[in-house]
Amino acid sequence: MRLELGIIKIKDVQFGDETIIEDSTLYVNKKELIALARQDDRLSEADVELARPGEEVRIIPVKDVIEPRVKVSGSGELFPGLVGKMGTVGSGRTNVLRGAAVATVGRIIGPQEGFIDMTGPGAQYSPFSQINNVVLVLHPIDGLDPHAYEEAMRLTGLRAAVYLGKACKDIAPDELEVYELSPVTDTTLPRVVYLSTLLSEGLLHDTWFYGVDAKKLLPTLLHPNEVMDGAIVSGNCVSACDKHTTYHHLNDSVIKELYRRHGKDLNFVGVIVTNLNVTLLDKERSTDYASKLVKLIGADGAIIAEEGFGNPDTDLMMLCKKMEEYGIKTVLITDEYAGQDGASQSLADAVPQADAVISVGNANEVVTLPPMKHIIGDLKSAEVISGGFVGSVTASGGLSVEIQTIMGSTCQLGFGKLTARGY
Amino acid sequence: MAQKKYRVVHYLNQFFAQIGGEEKANIPPLIKEGAVGPGIPLQQALGEEGEIVATMICGDNYFAENIEAAVEKVVESVSRYKPDVFVAGPAFTAGRYGIACGASCSAVSKKLGIPVVTAMYEENPALDLYRKEVYVIPTADSVRGMKEAIPKMSGFVRKLGLGQEIGLPQEEGYFPRGIRVNQFVGRTGAERAVDMLLSKLRGEPFQTEYPMPTFELVPASPAIRDLRSTTIALVTSGGIVPLGNPDRIEAASASKFAEYNIAGVDDLTPDAYQTCHGGYDPTYANDDPDRVLPLDAMRALEKDGTIGKLYDVYYVTVGNATSVANSQKFGKAIAEKLKAADVDGVILTST
Amino acid sequence: MVHVASIVPISLTVGANRIVPAVAIPHPLGNPELPEDEERKLRLNLVKKALRALQVEVEIQTVFEE
Repeated sequence: MRLELGIIKIKDVQFGDETIIEDSTLYVNKKELIALARQDDRLSEADVELARPGEEVRIIPVKDVIEPRVKVSGSGELFPGLVGKMGTVGSGRTNVLRGAAVATVGRIIGPQEGFIDMTGPGAQYSPFSQINNVVLVLHPIDGLDPHAYEEAMRLTGLRAAVYLGKACKDIAPDELEVYELSPVTDTTLPRVVYLSTLLSEGLLHDTWFYGVDAKKLLPTLLHPNEVMDGAIVSGNCVSACDKHTTYHHLNDSVIKELYRRHGKDLNFVGVIVTNLNVTLLDKERSTDYASKLVKLIGADGAIIAEEGFGNPDTDLMMLCKKMEEYGIKTVLITDEYAGQDGASQSLADAVPQADAVISVGNANEVVTLPPMKHIIGDLKSAEVISGGFVGSVTASGGLSVEIQTIMGSTCQLGFGKLTARGY
Repeated sequence: MAQKKYRVVHYLNQFFAQIGGEEKANIPPLIKEGAVGPGIPLQQALGEEGEIVATMICGDNYFAENIEAAVEKVVESVSRYKPDVFVAGPAFTAGRYGIACGASCSAVSKKLGIPVVTAMYEENPALDLYRKEVYVIPTADSVRGMKEAIPKMSGFVRKLGLGQEIGLPQEEGYFPRGIRVNQFVGRTGAERAVDMLLSKLRGEPFQTEYPMPTFELVPASPAIRDLRSTTIALVTSGGIVPLGNPDRIEAASASKFAEYNIAGVDDLTPDAYQTCHGGYDPTYANDDPDRVLPLDAMRALEKDGTIGKLYDVYYVTVGNATSVANSQKFGKAIAEKLKAADVDGVILTST
Repeated sequence: MVHVASIVPISLTVGANRIVPAVAIPHPLGNPELPEDEERKLRLNLVKKALRALQVEVEIQTVFEE
């Protein structure tokens, strides 16, 4: 399976009469994009705004972020089983608008979205502060059930990413990235598998895998290219800091790093996706099954990335313990909830086998952020999102919040450079 | 022009201040100008940059028996000298002295905002009491370790005095306080993860970025003999609150718990109750809050006499990204209220 | 005190002494898939089980499976 990503660099985004790319600028036809959003009759109103790096803009509350792409050749369509036809993705050529994203905004359930600052001290925490965002503000029709609203937003966001992606179908890419798991001749290299855990805790805490609700999965093996080509879609409304947006899945940092070292330091043998469910029975079954798969494919080591926090800490620990008992060496990636003062235990569960842990930061840390000139969405929602509190919106319109509220701040795919250290 | 010296106040017990042994352990706090006892070599080590302007002295027994009064006096006396650094000890294995050092440092730091440091042996009981709030430098177990302790302390005092940043415990040589601090580092988490895995696979040394935590165990409450004569209370971390969340408990990282009267309520219905918990799909709890706080079942068991009474008040918080420290604080406060109300047993439900 | 919780490993880790396993995280004492009267029965049985756990003397952390 060989995947070529044709990278088209986007340095600016503007409204225009036509949705096209010229000189690294993405021009967006606002009317067409709004019309596309209005195709879903569960949405009453839609607006499009643009937010560029460095601008005094705060986007809140954000549900998902998606990188615009288009399939140029090869089997399958983007986001198969949801907005694309069913078919295996991960081979051929996919063009990517690198430096641009679609961000969906709307208050689905209150606590469970986050925000993005395009400048100021909040910007260093989010990868989406560094890219050009096409923001879709989507309102539900009266009385729409939150789950239906989530689905409408999720699908509309994906359609918008596909719509923007089409503009780059015939453009010569600035760079070509090639991903192929070429056979490794050096048999002494350790066989390494990547275990991606997908939140699947209910209708607003779900992840979609080839259109399947991840809670219904048994852990399964796939080629890393499938993840990089749209097989996994976020349907999550969990804390903003450590949910994996669709953008994160498309650009999974663990996959990229394992690819970079494939054939040199290790033999990257594949990806296993498993779920994070709400009953102990399901947790036992899925962690048993995932560990057994890792053993069956003869892996020596595994990187296990958590999504979310709290009860998923148990899944993480079960996976670690079960694999280590099979003799498979594990490294876990997690964030911490050590309290605002950093003095509490950071995880809800622990096993002694978890002796190799990467910390991507304490999500409870409080930051004070200045007001922004322009708000896309609704600033007041900062007081109800997870990690916000009464008084989070300061008199001047700034924010005092835990970094839990910032999109991707403690991404457990190891996307960023934040960590927490013991003092 | 000579640089302005940073000012240091040093804390000692009666013994190290050369006032006397156990027979003088009852002396109340007093303050002397300049350096005394171990303060003299400490001053030598600080050289020209810093000056021990005063020495705070107190008898160990006086301190232990009058902690509040002693601490208050220390803070008041120290504040008059306007120091830049407050240093206490070294206390080695001396338990009462260790507590006096720790408590003085903690109070001076909190009330005066002055940087503080003390030093003691790793098994001194004061270490675990104060290490989270105070820098504690390890020493040997007896006064024979004084010679090694002084340069370590003076180096640290110097850093604090000059306002230099204090690095990681392993770099600076203090006992880890267990405070997690966020930092941006040079490499992504994914890069660090793959490196760590390769080290682990090769059998090379590596350092975990988060050592597994330990949790406190508490003694179990005794069994209830006869349920029919008891009052049972309901407590939940699942966020069930009256509609509208009147006390505005946070959806995550809760800073409070709340109590609500349920006298006369037989069933939790969606028109009156909801969940405010932000960590699980609220649909099922909002449709029927009894699924999280089983009030209807408890009422049934109260009516048929299985239990004597369901307590009139239930307690609620949100266990979602809420720190263990806050949870412990809520737990203690709720337990005290329930005890005061003669409640015999508690069913705690979690989501 | 008895802790009624779905994810028993967490309950054990944080130090509960009497633990009664519950149904699922979003509905520890219910099951939306059951008819209403059966769901009530399920809840009543779980609460009874919790009350029985309160009547048992425990020395170490104990999970009341049956």
